[in-house]
Amino acid sequence: MTATHQNSAPEAPQAPREWHTIKLIENPTYRYGLIALAMVYFAFALSTLDVDWSRIYTGLPRAGDIFVRMVPPDFSRWSLLLRGILESVQIALAASFFGMILAIPLGLCGARNLVPRPIYLVARTLFVLTRSFHEIIIAIFFVKIFGFGPLAGVLTLIVASTNFIAKMLAEDIENMPAGQLEAIRATGASFPKLLIYCISPQALPRYLGVSIYRLDANIRHSTVVGIVGAGGIGQVLAATFTRYDYDFSLAILICIVGLVFIGEFFSNWVRGRLR
Amino acid sequence: MTDIKHAKKYPEIWQRFSPRETLIRYVWYVSIVGIAVWSVSNLEIPWFYFLDAHVQAGDLLTRMWPPEWSYIDNLAGALLETVHIATIGTVVTVVFSFPLAFLAARNTTYNKVTWLIGRLILVTSRSVNTVIWGLLFVAIFGPGALAGIWAIALRSIGFTGKLIAEAIEEIDQGPVEAIESTGASRLQVLWFGILPQVLPVIYGTVIYRWDINIRESTVLGFVGAGGIGILLYSSVNQFLWQEVSVILLSVFVIVVISEFISAAARERIS
Repeated sequence: MTATHQNSAPEAPQAPREWHTIKLIENPTYRYGLIALAMVYFAFALSTLDVDWSRIYTGLPRAGDIFVRMVPPDFSRWSLLLRGILESVQIALAASFFGMILAIPLGLCGARNLVPRPIYLVARTLFVLTRSFHEIIIAIFFVKIFGFGPLAGVLTLIVASTNFIAKMLAEDIENMPAGQLEAIRATGASFPKLLIYCISPQALPRYLGVSIYRLDANIRHSTVVGIVGAGGIGQVLAATFTRYDYDFSLAILICIVGLVFIGEFFSNWVRGRLR
Repeated sequence: MTDIKHAKKYPEIWQRFSPRETLIRYVWYVSIVGIAVWSVSNLEIPWFYFLDAHVQAGDLLTRMWPPEWSYIDNLAGALLETVHIATIGTVVTVVFSFPLAFLAARNTTYNKVTWLIGRLILVTSRSVNTVIWGLLFVAIFGPGALAGIWAIALRSIGFTGKLIAEAIEEIDQGPVEAIESTGASRLQVLWFGILPQVLPVIYGTVIYRWDINIRESTVLGFVGAGGIGILLYSSVNQFLWQEVSVILLSVFVIVVISEFISAAARERIS
């Protein structure tokens, strides 16, 4: 409910005339009630936040100072920058590759119309569990188990990508019309044959599309797993911030934006061609 | 000659792909595997870490069990702050992403330059991860929830702005022209012609983003930007794994609840 009323807040309805636009919630008491609730919540939230205004007041000149020191961006340590970016890209590529492979069995297990109920429930629980935790939280555990470095980053992103692609695949399979499935089953096909002749032709285009999208998302996330020590350009970036090396930070940020932009462009191009 | 041609065109055995297509397909497979192998080998992964991985994982699990339930009393405030950061951040997002979306949609922007500026802002906002925005705002505002709110907002503007802009580009021009023909001002066209058409998309996108923001705000504390992440980070750094398991459980609960609320709200809208 929080979501609904806090969203209705900015679109305050106009004074009623003869004609009015269609409202999301037609009942005025309910609508205004929700808006009022949202306002109350908003006031409450702001009051509990305990913002230290004097700190912000002293912070504003500091912010100006940071921006001054950021410009111009310092690209002189480009070899370090390039190595970080390359590592991030490699983490993303490796994670997408293994994620794509691992997602197939998991995705099949998560489809209600293919597997027995217990397996389905186990797979779905796995989806919910992994989805709930942010990549960085997962990364902490891999850093603890496998030590600092890109390996932890790759494993984190493998978990996240597997989960994402598998969930999409499972939903895709569940939405398939039952006809084809029954037709192939009626010929006496075994389960592997069912997968090859019925599931894969129907699911493949979307599976590839989702995987490419995930590659793009992995490039974005690979820039950040480094903050907890899991490799990539994020590690370099976090270090520059702690060392007040802001001109190098800006150089890294510009490179990240460029990288993500290229990744997104590539992903859109491939998905356009797949369609 | 003609026989061979004929045999080539109508082979005895049916095949789904022509030899050329098969070749292209295999080239794709090989290059994908090649890229993966290149990536993994360049990362210089210490494979011997895998040897004792199960020991380390087991060690971690025994340290996490049993959860230190008494720690739960410290969590309520931090959890509430996490939710507040996500919610207020989303509200700030709405305020900013809305005008930006109109700037970044081809049919409502003023000219090519404003369109480009709008797109550039949205792309930049989207490219930088919430946590990195957090680093930046902690440097500016100092540690605390305010930095978190701005981090959440700056990242979400790109996401919601892009989706709203796409919705604006896809609207039906009929109502817009009808309202224009009544002599309505630009603002009135916007309010009565365009807004009602994109409103469902806006609600849906914003609620969806709120749900993502809850998850993101759970880790903002790692860079000092408020919320439950601060407690999690300090417990991890002190190796208090029993506290960590309590925190993770609470994170799981609020994320699942928010996801449930978001799904229910979006269902009702559509």
